[in-house]
This record gives sequence, structure tokens and C-alpha cells, in this order.
Amino acid sequence: MNPAASLPAEPRTWRRFTPAQRAARFSVYFVIVAAIVASARTVEVIPEFLYDAPEQMQDLFRRMWPIAFYHYAGGVHEALVDTLHIASLGTILAVVMAVPIGLLAANNVTPNKVVNYFAKLLLVSSRSVNSLVWALLFVAVFGPGALAGTLAIAFRSIGFVGKLLGEALEESNAGPIEALKAAGAPWSSILAKGYWPQVEPSFWSVVLFRWDINVRESAVLGLVGAGGIGMALDTAMNLFQWDRVAMVLFSIFCVVVVAEIVVTQIRKRVI
Amino acid sequence: MAANPRAFERNRLATFGWLALAAYVVYACSRLDFTWARFMTGLDNGARFIGRMLPPNIAQPDTLLKGLTESLEIAVLASFLGILVSLPIGLIAARNLMPPWASWPARAIIALCRSFHPVIVAILFVKAVGFGALAGILALVVASVGFIGKLFAEAIEEISLKQVEAVRATGAPFMSLISYGVLPQVFSRFVGFATYQLDSNLRNSTMVGIVGAGGIGGTLFAAFQRFDYDFVCAILLCIIGMIMVGEVLATWVRGVFLERGKVDEE
Repeated sequence: MNPAASLPAEPRTWRRFTPAQRAARFSVYFVIVAAIVASARTVEVIPEFLYDAPEQMQDLFRRMWPIAFYHYAGGVHEALVDTLHIASLGTILAVVMAVPIGLLAANNVTPNKVVNYFAKLLLVSSRSVNSLVWALLFVAVFGPGALAGTLAIAFRSIGFVGKLLGEALEESNAGPIEALKAAGAPWSSILAKGYWPQVEPSFWSVVLFRWDINVRESAVLGLVGAGGIGMALDTAMNLFQWDRVAMVLFSIFCVVVVAEIVVTQIRKRVI
Repeated sequence: MAANPRAFERNRLATFGWLALAAYVVYACSRLDFTWARFMTGLDNGARFIGRMLPPNIAQPDTLLKGLTESLEIAVLASFLGILVSLPIGLIAARNLMPPWASWPARAIIALCRSFHPVIVAILFVKAVGFGALAGILALVVASVGFIGKLFAEAIEEISLKQVEAVRATGAPFMSLISYGVLPQVFSRFVGFATYQLDSNLRNSTMVGIVGAGGIGGTLFAAFQRFDYDFVCAILLCIIGMIMVGEVLATWVRGVFLERGKVDEE
């Protein structure tokens, strides 16, 4: 029999995606283009300011040069060390609060959907509020200073650490847990010897990663009065001492780069 | 046989580590002047503060709506321009495709963009282009270049070079090499970065207003300074709502383009 006779009359066209997939893709592209066009048409941009920008930029850099290195010992060093303490203490505090919430959010540790959902809601709300907003709230509550900054960093980080810890817990292997349960281990041993060894590498990498982010974030908290190097930045800017601003920015840059190198090295060698 | 009631040996190194951590916490707390009394006064203040925040009150609906729209516009435009700028930079920064003399400068640009918080960049742009949305857009473009550029370069460095070689063997010019040999391999990861960055720009666009770079942040900060805490609460709820909707949309878009939509956060 002729094999062509069994084929349909029309040549078959091959398509990679189903019509529903194509429609979904098209609508995404369409919405993206529409959003860009709509935003570009309505956003308030004053063109005169844009023409002026290179000149203003030049002026800014001229005022920033030479960098006021003498200012480091006088006003920057203490604030910089404070910033590092805010970032580290904030991270520690966040981990202390995030571990229980992470345990509650993981379905295999806490087999209760309502509790899981509630814990996840806590984590999402922590992440949805920017650390600057947390800082504003805590400045209103505790007054200006490092305490507000530390708490802001901590509360912003809970969501991040808790979410990633909960996901790591949910991915852990059930075998060792069952073995411990069968041996009659109490729940503290199940956590410490069953779950902890499995999530330990991801736990440390999440904590280090968050510490790195927190060093960056704690540098700006001072703009709303929450302590650290941001206060020095704010003061220098309000006084239009741009050479001092440059000094502060330079020191932030150095600390951020060093923090990133430290974290990368630790991740590479230990984890 | 010696009786050993402990199933697991105590880890001396870990004990030392915990002690060191505790010592650090005590030292840092004393340095930053944290005292229990301060904390307790704060809790009293906090109760009063929450009392004043509730119930949330939309004191100026027009300002609120305008601020939210502006934040949204800043996020959309910054993501678009940021992606547009970061694609070539990320491509040039990939060390497996480009010679070192091209990739190092690109990597330096990316590192510079990444090292400053968007709010600090926004301050500089406010000085350069004046108050308003433009400064916010430019600041977030810088942030996007730092993030997408870095991840895009890393994604390209991990591709399989066999396909690139196959395209090259046909005598394809450089642009075809990129568009048929490289981009298809990184497209799915790119969708992940792009949606994540849109999400992150949306969060940050609500903040840059604090330093005068447009968006809802300015309204929020002004309400704070006027002690209109009930309006502050309303603004915060709106921001959280907007961010959550954004997150759901981003997940949906990832689902359209990828089998499993997952990307590391921040």
C-alpha cells in the first residue's frame, strides 16, 4: 500500500506550542508593550532637567573631588563600624526569629496546613515591607538610633531567611527522620540530628547571603535616622559638603566589596 | 563496656562557636547602646503608635493614587531600560565569549552598579536631574544593570559551547552566533531574572521617593513627618497589596515561559 495514502490530504504543520500557550505568550508580550508605552507617555519627566544633567553631573563630581579622606577618622570610622554591627546583629536576630517560623512553615516538620499558611503569611508580610519602611516604623517607635536600624534589618530579613529555610526543610530527605522516629527519638533530637544536618549547608549559605545584603541595606538606613553610616551621609549632604559625601560613598563601596569577597570566599571554601 | 548514655558526642568546636557568638552579641549590643529600659519604653511607644495607625485612613486618595501610579511607571520603565542596557553589557562580560580586554571593563561596570543601594544612587541622580520620576527611573536602571548584567553573564558562562561551535561551523556571522547559539540557551533563565527584577524594581520604586526621586515613597515620608500615622498605615497596606499582586503576576509570567518558575531571591 502506498504510505502516502494514509496521510491526511493537507501537509501537517508542526508547531512548538499549543494555541493556549501561544495566546498566553502573546498576551504577556502585549501587556509588556502596552505597559511600557503607557508609562512612557504618562510619566512626568521634565526634559529641561535632562538637558542640564551632564553639566549638573560634572558639577557634582567637581565638588566631590578631592575626596575628603581626612574626614574618615573624624566622622566616618565609628559610623562604619556601627553599620557593620547593625548588619550583623540584625542578621543574628533575624535568624533567631526566622528559624521557628521556618519550622512552622515547612509542611513535613509541621504537618498542619493552617499553621503552615499562617507562618507563610508572616514571612510574606516581612518581605513585602522594604527595610527603609521598617526603619521608619522603628524610628517612630524606638526613636532615632541604631536600635531602630537593627530591628529594621532583622524584621526585613525574617521573611528571606524563613522562606529559604522552610523550602530547604521541605526538600530534606524523609529517610533519616523516619529512622530517628522509629528509634523513639524525642522531637528535639529529630530536629537536631535528622533535619539540621540536611539543611545545614543551605542554612549557612542563606545566612551569609543575607548578611551581605544587610551590609548594603544598613548603609542607607541612616537616611531615615536609623543609625550607621547613612547618618553621616545625610549630615554631609544636608550641609552640601560633597567632598565628605564622596568619602562616605567611597567607604561604603569598600565595605560592600570586602563583604562580598569575604562571603564568596567562605562559600567557596566551607560550604 | 563503658556506659555512654549520650547517643551523640558533644561537639566542642560548635560549643566554642556559640560562646563566641554570644560574646559578640553582648559586645555589639553594649556598643550600640541597647538597653532593656530603652526597649521597654519603645514597646510603650509602639502600642501608642499602633493605636494611632488604626484604623487606616486614606486622607488624600488623589495623592495616593498618583504616587502609586508613578511608582508603577518607574518600575516598568526602569525594568525595560535596565534590561535593554544590561543585555549587551552582560553579553560582553561573559568571559567564555569575549576576550579579557572587553569582559573586564564590563564586569567592572556591573560591579560598580551593584555596590550601591538604589536609594544612594537615587540621591546622586536627584542632584543630577532634579526631583521627580526621572531620577528614580535612572537609579533603578543602574540597579537593574547590576543585577541582570551579573546573572546574565553568569548564565552565558555556563552554556554549552558545542551549539555555539556548530553555528560557527556553518560560517554564521557573529550576530547569528549570538541569536541562534547563545540566546536560546539562556532564554529561560533570562525570563526568571527579568520577572524577578521587575518585582524588585516595584519594591524599590516605592522607596526612592524618600530621597525625592518620585513615586509613592515621597507621599509616605511626608505623611510620616506630619505624624499622619493612619494615612501611613493606608499607604503601607496599598504598597503591600501592589507588591503582592506584582509577585503573583511575575509567577504567572514565569509559568507561561518556563516549566518550573523559580529563581533565587535577590
